[in-house]
Amino acid sequence: MRVGIPRSLLYYKYLPFWKTFLTEIGLEVETSPLTNKQILSWGVEVAENELCVPVKAFYGHCMALRGRVDAIFVPRVVSVEEREYTCPKFLGLPDMIGAVADNLGLPPLLTPRLNQREKPSEFKWQLINFAREEFGLGRLEAAMALESARRAQRRYHDSLVAGRRPLDLLPASRLNRPRWRPAGKGTRRVGLLGHPYNLYDGYITQNLIARLEEAGVELVVPEMTDQHVLMEAATDVPKQLYWTYEKEIMGAINHWTEQKKVDGVIYVLAFACGPDSLVQVLIEHRAREHKVPLMSLTIDEHSGEAGLVTRIEAFVDMLMRKKPAVSAA
Amino acid sequence: MNALTGSGRARPGTGIKVTTPHMGNLHLLLEDLFGRLGVEYIKPPLSSTKTLQIGVKHSPEFACLPLKINLGNFIQALEKGANTIAMAGGHGPCRFGYYGIVEERILRDLGYDFRFVMLEPFGDGPWTFYKTFESLAPGLSIPSLWKILKVSFAKGRAIDRLGRRSLQVRAYEVNRGDTTRALKEAEKILAQAGTTEEIREAEAAAVAVIEGVEQDPERDVLKVGIVGEFFLLLEPFSNFDLEEALGHMGVYLERCVWVTDWIAPRKDNKIFGYPKKLIEEKAAPFLSQNVGGEGRETIGNTVMFAERGFDGVIQLLPFGCMPENIASSILPKVQQVHDIPVQTLAFDEQTGKAGMVTRVEAFMDLLWARRNGRLISVPRRGKKPEAACGGCQRAGTA
Ligand code: SF4
Ligand code: SF4
Repeated sequence: MRVGIPRSLLYYKYLPFWKTFLTEIGLEVETSPLTNKQILSWGVEVAENELCVPVKAFYGHCMALRGRVDAIFVPRVVSVEEREYTCPKFLGLPDMIGAVADNLGLPPLLTPRLNQREKPSEFKWQLINFAREEFGLGRLEAAMALESARRAQRRYHDSLVAGRRPLDLLPASRLNRPRWRPAGKGTRRVGLLGHPYNLYDGYITQNLIARLEEAGVELVVPEMTDQHVLMEAATDVPKQLYWTYEKEIMGAINHWTEQKKVDGVIYVLAFACGPDSLVQVLIEHRAREHKVPLMSLTIDEHSGEAGLVTRIEAFVDMLMRKKPAVSAA
Repeated sequence: MNALTGSGRARPGTGIKVTTPHMGNLHLLLEDLFGRLGVEYIKPPLSSTKTLQIGVKHSPEFACLPLKINLGNFIQALEKGANTIAMAGGHGPCRFGYYGIVEERILRDLGYDFRFVMLEPFGDGPWTFYKTFESLAPGLSIPSLWKILKVSFAKGRAIDRLGRRSLQVRAYEVNRGDTTRALKEAEKILAQAGTTEEIREAEAAAVAVIEGVEQDPERDVLKVGIVGEFFLLLEPFSNFDLEEALGHMGVYLERCVWVTDWIAPRKDNKIFGYPKKLIEEKAAPFLSQNVGGEGRETIGNTVMFAERGFDGVIQLLPFGCMPENIASSILPKVQQVHDIPVQTLAFDEQTGKAGMVTRVEAFMDLLWARRNGRLISVPRRGKKPEAACGGCQRAGTA
């Protein structure tokens, strides 16, 4: 059986995990292409007007898999941490896609529910049961597949922390080195803040990463910092956030400002993103408090290239005129 | 002031002047509650365009509409002399549980000085819950808090029941505006009531006032269910008093969310009348997961209205509301399966009343056409029509 993974949303976080798990339980895995014009315009056409652009793109990615696979993998990722949630949209995603599946002629959806809000070990059983119920695997086989998937995800996490670029996610460009560009003399460090499915989706962000690298700045992304460190740093807020992925973002800016890791921050947020619309206030406050220049970039399906280029140039110029951050090392 | 018999001993000397955001007639309940607790309550001026303007000016651009109105309420109340803000909390997944923190941050950045009290759900622990109240009314004992909450809630429930009945009476009223006037009067009667016994008597008198509205029982009315996000449903200011307008068009309404059902959730939804579990079961074939807010309820209730033979359903939501956007992504399927027209109306600060009324009227025309057999099935939703203003208005079916 060929199963398709939409190259969108949480694929940008869990690609090694899902790919390995599905392969190990005996499926042939195919991913949709990188987001392109056709995919996004399909999504915009089909999805509710008010949804954020990455979710619209997800619809398009599902459509891009039509005719190529026997099923599409759309897990319901409710919670990945105790007492927390992902984003409501991920909670409803399988139902949202399911509501249009017939009309669009999508293949059947595989929608395991992953929820460890109540109990941290739950995840494991949910995936094992999924493999057993849907594909008749034995408990041991399923557990082994899960273990390999975990290891793959762990290796991936560690390689990102070690400074490797998430190359599989980024569109090809002449700067596609395996590692992020090191700090050269006289460059500035820019922290790139946001959800990975926005930051690394070159089509959605108009190649923001390539543009910044061409502008000669060194980029710092949240994935370079160990997950535990991010989560710890995220607790420095008046009330604990209940959205895990916003916690990572909050953790990143807290960590960067605390450790003086960046000269400036570019915060990429999707138009109509619910969680970011609130957390934005705390993030901007944090940057102000620590006197770190911050530029918020709101993206949607209409974002134009011209405006982006001008804003990036102005921001980088401004950073170059300022003294570099003290302990940039 | 409330003529509360005996229970409302003011606590002199605390200097606490507490305010809370508006949400429909929640302030009626709060006036009663704070009166009984002996806490000085600074009621923000009723939400108005001014409130919204102030709120919008200081809110993040795509925060949902309720936050913007809350913020306007707070600023207006602080200017009226409030020194303590009490705000409800929560633990997600929608934005509401984090509203307070963001609102506090914005207000402090604007330079306001106040004490901020967050009331987390009772489920977080009865002690924390009690302590929050005790911090507003020092010396308050647990039994008296419990007793006060019970009486105030009895009154709140009665107020909700009056509102519920008025949505139906209005469809049949002979003289336009009578029901609205009667409701105001009925609420006044209740406000005076002190003890549980008095509340019961006052409610009977208040109901009589509403039932006393001259009605035309022969009138042919449309039956429409109102579903959607709680704040939009509860705060008439935020939806241009849509329910009243519909009532004047001769539309019999049932609404799914009521103040007391919302702030003190129970499995049986005392006011709305349908148990949570049933609603979830009805939603399950389309949405099998709580997505925060009223997302799942919107789906389940739409199914139920369809099954109960309602002519149509109107979904109200703040622009960009996550749970409701999930629901409205799924509603076309519900319409198709259950053959019920649904009109989705999204609101933000740029939404204009005129456009909204036109859309609602068009929807009513559609419902009449169906009722009279001129239209057999729900028109399939095709391409989305262009947004009428700033991308905030969409037509679900019309
Ligand atoms: S976190 Fe924001 S951008 Fe991501 S899916 Fe949710 S609303 Fe969309
Ligand atoms: S239900 Fe919707 S509008 Fe209301 S607070 Fe939650 S996200 Fe905002």
